[in-house]
Amino acid sequence: MSAMSTTLSGIGRRWDGVVDRYNALPKPARLGLVILFAAFVYLLPLLRPPILTTNNIDFGGVMFSVAAFALVAVGLNIVIGYAGLLDLGYVGFYAVGAYTTGVLTTYHWHWPFFLALPLAIAVTMVTGVILGAPTLRVRGDYLAIVTLGFGEIIRITVKNVEWVGASAGIKDISHPNTIGAAPNPPFDRGGMFDVPRLQWDGIIPSLDRDHPTAVLAFGAVDAIPYYWVILTALILVLVGDRLVKSSRVGRAWEATREDEDAAELMGVPTFKYKLMAFALGAAIGGLSGAFYASGQGGYISPDSFPLLLSMLFVAAVIVGGSGNRWGAIVGGALVAYLPERFREFADYRLLFFGLALSVLAIWRPEGLLPPRRSRRAKAVEAEIEALEEGALEGSTHA
Amino acid sequence: MPDTTPAKKALLEVDDVTIKFGGLTAMDSVSFQIREGEILGLIGPNGAGKTTCFNVMTGVYQATSGEVRLDGVSLAGRRRHKITQLGLARTFQNIRLFKSMTVLENVMVGADAHSKVGFFDALFRLPRHRRTEEEALAKAKGLLDLVGIKARHDELAANLSYGEQRRLEIARAMATGPKLLCLDEPAAGFNPAEKVQLMQLIKKVRDQGYTVLLIEHDMKLVMGVTDRIVVLEFGKKIAEGTPAEIRDNPAVIAAYLGVDEEDAS
Repeated sequence: MSAMSTTLSGIGRRWDGVVDRYNALPKPARLGLVILFAAFVYLLPLLRPPILTTNNIDFGGVMFSVAAFALVAVGLNIVIGYAGLLDLGYVGFYAVGAYTTGVLTTYHWHWPFFLALPLAIAVTMVTGVILGAPTLRVRGDYLAIVTLGFGEIIRITVKNVEWVGASAGIKDISHPNTIGAAPNPPFDRGGMFDVPRLQWDGIIPSLDRDHPTAVLAFGAVDAIPYYWVILTALILVLVGDRLVKSSRVGRAWEATREDEDAAELMGVPTFKYKLMAFALGAAIGGLSGAFYASGQGGYISPDSFPLLLSMLFVAAVIVGGSGNRWGAIVGGALVAYLPERFREFADYRLLFFGLALSVLAIWRPEGLLPPRRSRRAKAVEAEIEALEEGALEGSTHA
Repeated sequence: MPDTTPAKKALLEVDDVTIKFGGLTAMDSVSFQIREGEILGLIGPNGAGKTTCFNVMTGVYQATSGEVRLDGVSLAGRRRHKITQLGLARTFQNIRLFKSMTVLENVMVGADAHSKVGFFDALFRLPRHRRTEEEALAKAKGLLDLVGIKARHDELAANLSYGEQRRLEIARAMATGPKLLCLDEPAAGFNPAEKVQLMQLIKKVRDQGYTVLLIEHDMKLVMGVTDRIVVLEFGKKIAEGTPAEIRDNPAVIAAYLGVDEEDAS
């Protein structure tokens, strides 16, 4: 039992070590590492490393949903991890973003995707404010119940409104415009240039020129360009998240989470900051939803946004370590990736998932990568406990 | 220093405040004033209404009748964070720090009370953000130094010792830049040596130009540090005066020691 918890908390310590060593480096070295890491992540679906790669399903597509989940988790982490608001209806915002994009680019209008995207974000943000303004006055469990209802309301509403396609959903959603010429449309994918991918024979890589990816060609065949775009969005969101978190705004969120009344009495307009967290979280959920809608599949229906998805989103944040943006990314990535990697066990995937969650809940309730500070608090607690136990043992020996 | 000025201005006026919770009258027509630059003690036996009085002042409860004015501005119906921004800050009887934030961050939350920095300032790192952040940091460090826990600034609030946590509460409240600093039983759970240190700290705080309202059980502490004392019992004000006057006031003695001979607690 303790072996399990040691292994799990070892992850946190090792991560701390990585962060410390990174911080100790001179600035140019840090910049170089970041660029190297980013390049690796961008190229991952082309590199197709043997153990990571999913064999039976398109790895690019898996990586796209990994990034989409990570993006959602980063957004939800603002709501749950920073501001401490348990939102169980996050899929509602995801759906609002997806549907706004579907309607604007395909169903009623024919806007280009990158024009529809900002509007989708804005609409989702407004939805967040509209939902948040009345409901953020209730706390804790009550908020969870209200948001749970919201997720379902959105799904049931779109199922019954013809204007957004009712239960048939929206088909053939336009993809983002391909950048680069396609002189001979049905046969040319367009794109700026082609890049080959690697294939692996055991551990020996070789170039696979038969399946090239056309850079910035958005079609129905190759998911990798979509992955690049959503990954870029994820990186931008991460940078913004970091800037906002390490400011007055982030402190206000944390103070509100820790003790709402005390925060209010220290001059924090808690309602305003809760609403801000909610709206920002919503906007990021909408952003991810917009990418999902105009992604490779190009199809959304009410059934794309089940309640289960909300639960998975929350699970991603909790598994990763609520309050740590890297934890949220890891959580989101795992929740999206593992079921695809182990398709063989697809029938049992919810069972495994439930088991994994239980294990985590028992031995590491704070998640895989909780914020460093809560790890520190935990470490001190453990130290005190050890001292107390040690004192007792010492006295029995003496 | 303020003692030499002939007419001390009333900073906070509690004007005929009554609070009823259903049939229970927690405060009954209580009036008193806190003058600029003084340390006022608010004392009374358990259940006398001290904390209720505090909660009315800070906007946690609304007065059934009467009003509280800070610097002439009525506090009735104001949101709690607005009251803090007007210049009234408090600590809590049962310590309520932001436990998983660092000591420095706790104080900086207080220092943010008047900050105008918003989301976009932070996102785009506008000059206002940097300036405000630097000011808040300097202020927070200064205050931690004043209360004597500067060395622990990077520690989590939860990991501080009890006494340090109480000091942090004072620093955090002071960071909001209050005209009036209200301390709700800051010596609760302290040993005599710590109490002496706390008395010195409170005097030091006053010397920095703050006005202090002190709610306290410990008579020695109250007598030693306050300029004036208001005594509550069963929601009513029964006495007001200098520590010497209060000590000899028969009503106060009766309230604290009981008039009954058998009931000497």
